[in-house]
Amino acid sequence: MDGISLLTITVLAVFVGFEVVSKVSSTLHTPLMSGANAIHGIILVGAIIVAGQASDPWVLAVALLAVVLATANLVGGFVVTDRMLEMFGGKGRTK
Amino acid sequence: MTLLAPVWTALLYLAAAVCFILALRGLSSPRTARRGNLLGAFGALLAVATVFVSVKMDNIPWILGAIAVGSAVAAPVARRVQMTQMPQLVALFNGVGGGAAALVALLELGHTGDAWVRVAIVFTLLVGAVSFAGSAITFAKLQELMTTRPVLFPGLPVLMGAVLLVAVGAAVAIVFSGSFPLALLLLALGLMAGVLLVLPVGGADVPIVISLLNAFTGLAVAASGLVLGNVLLVVAGTLVGASGTILTRAMAAAMGRKVTGILFGAFRGGSTAGSTTASDRPVRSSSAEDVAVLLGYAQRVIIVPGYGLAVAQGQHTAAELALALEARGIDVDFAIHPVAGRMPGHMNVLLAEANVPYESLKEMGEINSEFRTADVALVVGANDVVNPAAKTSAGSPIYGMPILEVADARQVVFLKRSMRPGFAGIENELLYEPQTTLLFGDAKESLTKVLGAVKAL
Repeated sequence: MDGISLLTITVLAVFVGFEVVSKVSSTLHTPLMSGANAIHGIILVGAIIVAGQASDPWVLAVALLAVVLATANLVGGFVVTDRMLEMFGGKGRTK
Repeated sequence: MTLLAPVWTALLYLAAAVCFILALRGLSSPRTARRGNLLGAFGALLAVATVFVSVKMDNIPWILGAIAVGSAVAAPVARRVQMTQMPQLVALFNGVGGGAAALVALLELGHTGDAWVRVAIVFTLLVGAVSFAGSAITFAKLQELMTTRPVLFPGLPVLMGAVLLVAVGAAVAIVFSGSFPLALLLLALGLMAGVLLVLPVGGADVPIVISLLNAFTGLAVAASGLVLGNVLLVVAGTLVGASGTILTRAMAAAMGRKVTGILFGAFRGGSTAGSTTASDRPVRSSSAEDVAVLLGYAQRVIIVPGYGLAVAQGQHTAAELALALEARGIDVDFAIHPVAGRMPGHMNVLLAEANVPYESLKEMGEINSEFRTADVALVVGANDVVNPAAKTSAGSPIYGMPILEVADARQVVFLKRSMRPGFAGIENELLYEPQTTLLFGDAKESLTKVLGAVKAL
């Protein structure tokens, strides 16, 4: 993909990010931080690509380390967010 | 095995990006939040599955093994962590994400001859390393593995300046030469910069820095998306970068701080006022029975929960106490400071865990005018967020932070472990006021005693 298209997408994503997040209530700021945290774990996709193209054992080792770290970010982030949000769920919520 | 056509790959990545946007959007209401988060996780799964069928890859068993290891380490930790330790876990996960981005950028350096791609590479390398090392220090501070007070030493600003200057020099050289040894140097400089950036930040400001580093990791991921020509990484990273920026500003505003002041205030030596030692002025302390009488014959009670409640796991007992008081016809509310606990909204998470109904949770702007009508303000393990020094003492590190105005209540009861100052390391004048009573002890034990005494009234 050419540079201008990527730049366009980046700029649009900035606006979507600002729009979406400015609607989040302060009650949910902690899950928001944690949820956004989980999303950047998607660097896993990049780590997998690099590991998949590695031929040198050292490169492979570093790439696999990146895969482990990114997976921890991604999986841990979503699990923690889910646990927090579970508590905001419906059980016994009436006064 | 035939690979997926690029157009299908692009569409699947697009679907994953939409899942991420919907995940953040879901957080606009507690009702849709959990579904949104699960959709986000589904998007991530979709993206990972897509990469395996769209790029020709070797080492697949190794990669699957690494994913298994990462999941096996993170999932149990995430499942078992106590809600009070949430902020440091978020910092930790953020740090490893930043580290992964830096490593990916390092390895991509050998694959490109394009100077613009190298610009994105040096950016990812530096920002990812800062995020990794900075998050490690925030983790250590929150876990109290090290002091929560600002760590300063002479020459810190000079050292930081030198590190950044050399880093910029190395970055420029890498863009022109693609030198791998210089990239390793840049990585090391980034790690140093991350440590130096967070060391001078005081305990109370650490959560804001976590949010900022979260945004940094997002930007590093977006830049690595540019390196790999992967639109999903660009979109996801940018989303996180933008949301992290907003959140950081909202948090800083809630504490009456400027982000630049938090990061660089300590360099100017302005935010180190205050003491860690308690003075020996007299205070009025009391027994659980007396506190119960005070509460039991009030008409209106406002409970102000803080971090002390959280560490003692006292949220369930506090909820029970509120129910017991309501059973006596007393009007009870919880006053939630935006940064009660250790992150914005953290206290809401904890009280939600204890099934305290939403209607009882009042935010600062709403409740502050109501303290005047309250007979008792019961402060459980909070200190900094009710400290009038934020309004009156210009030299104080928390000066300017909006506070809960418990001083307006007719009586103020503090449940405190000791006279030790709070997270910000400053004394609370309110403790010495005539309308203030203290009940010393662990928040949960004290609450249990008070609850028992209220039931016996």
